[in-house]
Amino acid sequence: MVDRGTSPVIALEGIGRRYGTGLGVDALVDIHLEVGDRDWLAIVGPSGSGKSTLLNIVGCLDLPTSGRYRFRDIDVAALNDRQRAGLRARGIGFVFQAFHLLPHRSVIENVMLADVYRRASPRHRRARAGDALDKVGLAHRAEFLAPTLSGGERQRVAIARALMGSPDLLLCDEPTGNLDSTTTHTILDLLADLNDHGTSIIMITHEHDVAERAHRRARIVDGHLTETS
Amino acid sequence: MNALHPEAGPLRESDRDRLIAPSGMSLRDLGDEAVAGLFARPGRLALTVIGTVVGLAALVATLGLSRTASNQIAGRFDELAATEVVVSTKNPPGQPAPVGALPWDAPARLERLNGVVAAGNLSTLNPGDDLVTASAVNDPQNRTAFKLTVVATSPGLFIAARAELATGRYLDEGNSQRADRVVVLGPNAATKLGISTLDHQPAIQIGDTRYHVIGILSAAARQPDLLGAVILPEGTARQRYALASPERIAVETSIGATTLIAGQARSALRPDDPNVLKVAFPPEPRRVREGVQSDLDLLFLVLGAVSLIVGGIGIANVTLVAVIERTGEIGLRRALGASRRHIAQQFLLETTSIGLAGGVIGACLGTLVIVTVAVHNTWTPVLDPLVPLAAPIIGALTGLFAGAYPALRAAHLEPVEALRSGA
Repeated sequence: MVDRGTSPVIALEGIGRRYGTGLGVDALVDIHLEVGDRDWLAIVGPSGSGKSTLLNIVGCLDLPTSGRYRFRDIDVAALNDRQRAGLRARGIGFVFQAFHLLPHRSVIENVMLADVYRRASPRHRRARAGDALDKVGLAHRAEFLAPTLSGGERQRVAIARALMGSPDLLLCDEPTGNLDSTTTHTILDLLADLNDHGTSIIMITHEHDVAERAHRRARIVDGHLTETS
Repeated sequence: MNALHPEAGPLRESDRDRLIAPSGMSLRDLGDEAVAGLFARPGRLALTVIGTVVGLAALVATLGLSRTASNQIAGRFDELAATEVVVSTKNPPGQPAPVGALPWDAPARLERLNGVVAAGNLSTLNPGDDLVTASAVNDPQNRTAFKLTVVATSPGLFIAARAELATGRYLDEGNSQRADRVVVLGPNAATKLGISTLDHQPAIQIGDTRYHVIGILSAAARQPDLLGAVILPEGTARQRYALASPERIAVETSIGATTLIAGQARSALRPDDPNVLKVAFPPEPRRVREGVQSDLDLLFLVLGAVSLIVGGIGIANVTLVAVIERTGEIGLRRALGASRRHIAQQFLLETTSIGLAGGVIGACLGTLVIVTVAVHNTWTPVLDPLVPLAAPIIGALTGLFAGAYPALRAAHLEPVEALRSGA
C-alpha cells in the first residue's frame, strides 16, 4: 500500500471514555495515538484495562466522551449513526476472538456478508469472496458450514471476511485467544502477510509473544496508554 | 485493492464522501438475508407459520361457511315464506271484520296484479256452541262430537295455501255461489271425525246442519290452521253464519315480488281508504340472507380475529426469542456496516414473510374446509373471492405488526453490547 504522506489512518487526541454519570468509571483517560499506513500496532494489557473499549472507539462502534478521534482526517464525532455505519463498512475490518461466524451459512456466504451493507455491486461478489478465501488458504472449504471448521480455520474465515472490502484498517480483538500455539502462528503469519501488502493493523492481545510480532507495541493499564516500543 | 485511492496521497474530498456515505443494502440482499435468517431454524419457522395458518384458515373457512350456510338457509326460506303476503283488516284479533272491510272479490282484484300467483279469502267462523260430528248416533261410550275450527274460504285459497288433497276435490266457485252444504276437512279434523275415505259419501253435522264431505286435505304448507279445520265454501258461510266480510286474504307471489305486492294490495282492495288494511309480508330473501350472514359473519369474524391475534402474538414471541438468540449476529451485522434501520428492516421482512406464508397456506386450507363441508352436506360452496385473496395480505400485515416491537428492540441494541453478549 502506498504511503499517504502526512495523513495517518487514525489519530486519537486526548480520548477519554467514562461510563455512568457523576463519579462514573473512566475506562479510557487522555489517550493519544496515531496509526499510519502499513502500521501494525499491538496493544497489551490486563483484563479490564480498557483494551476493548479503545478498540470499540477506534472501530466506530462506540463514541468517546472526551477528546477527538479522526479517521483519515474525518472527525468521527461529527458523523451520524448511518455515516459511522458506512465508515465501518468501507474503512474498517473486524476480527473477533469469538469469530462471530453465522453457523447456518456456508463459509463463502459468511465472507460475502461483509459486502452486503457496502452498497457494492453484487456482481462478482462470490468471486471476490473466493479470492479472499484463497488469500487465507481456505478456498477449498468455501461450501462448508462454519461449525464444521476447526478454530484456526474459523478465524481465517473471519479474516477473509474482514478483507472482503479491502479496508484501510484491520482491528483484531484477541484474534488468537481461542487458538492453540500452532494455529496462533499460522494466524500471525497471515496477519504479517496482509500487513506487508499494505493493510494497517491494530491488534489487542494479552499475550506478549503475540504482541512481539507487531511493529509497534503499546501497553494500557487502568485506561492509560503508554507506547512501549 | 484499497477502498480509497492510496496512490492519490492525502484524502480527496470525493474519497472522503465515499468513505462516510451511509451504508446501504439492496432489496435483493435484504430478501436474501431475511430468507437465510428464517430458514436457519426450519422447525421453529414451521411452528411459527402454523400459528398464522390456523388463524387465517379459520378466518377464511368461517367466512365461507357462514356465506354457504346463509345461502342455504335463505334458499329454503325463499321457497315458502318469502312468497307469502297476508292482507287483513286492522280489527282486534277475534273480532269479526265489519261489513265491506275487505271486498268479496279481493282474490280476483289481487290476481290482476303482476307478481301474484294465487289469492284466496280465509275467514274463521263462529259456530257458537255447535259441535261437529260425523255420526247422527249419540254413543255414550265414545266421543263423537268435537269442538273444531270452522273456516270459510274462496277456491283460490287452496292454491295460495299450497294445500294438497289426500282424497276428493277442493271447494269450487259453484259450491260458493250456490251456497252448497259441502265441506273439505283438514287431515287432523278428518281423523278426529273418523273419516278417511270418501267411498261412502260421508257427511258431517255442524250443530244441526248436515254437510257432505267432498275432500280431505293431506297438507297445507302455508296455512297450518287448515289441518284441524272444517272448511266451508265462502257463499255457504255468508248464508249460514252471516259472514259480513272476508277476514283475511292469503296471497302467493312470485319470488321477489312480496314488497311490490304488499305496496299495491291495499290500494287495489280499498282504494277509498287503504289505511284500514294491514299487510303482513316477510322480509326480502336478500335481506334475510344478509341478516343471517351478517349475524354469522360477526360471530365467525370475532373467532377468526381472535385466532389471528393469537397467531400474531406467537410471531411476536418467537421473534423476541430470536432477537435474544441472534444478539451476536446483530452485533456482527452492525460491525460490518448495518445501520439500525437495516437491522429493523430484516426482522420486519422476516415476520412479514411468516405472516404472508401463513396467509397463503391458510387461505388454501380454509377454502378446502369450505368445499369439504359443502360437499359433505350437498350444499353449494359460496365464498367471496376477495376473502382468500385478502388472507395473505392480512397475514402479512399481522406479521408486520407482530414484528414491529422485536424489530425495534433488535435495532436499538448497542453494537458493543450485542457483540459482547453474543460472543
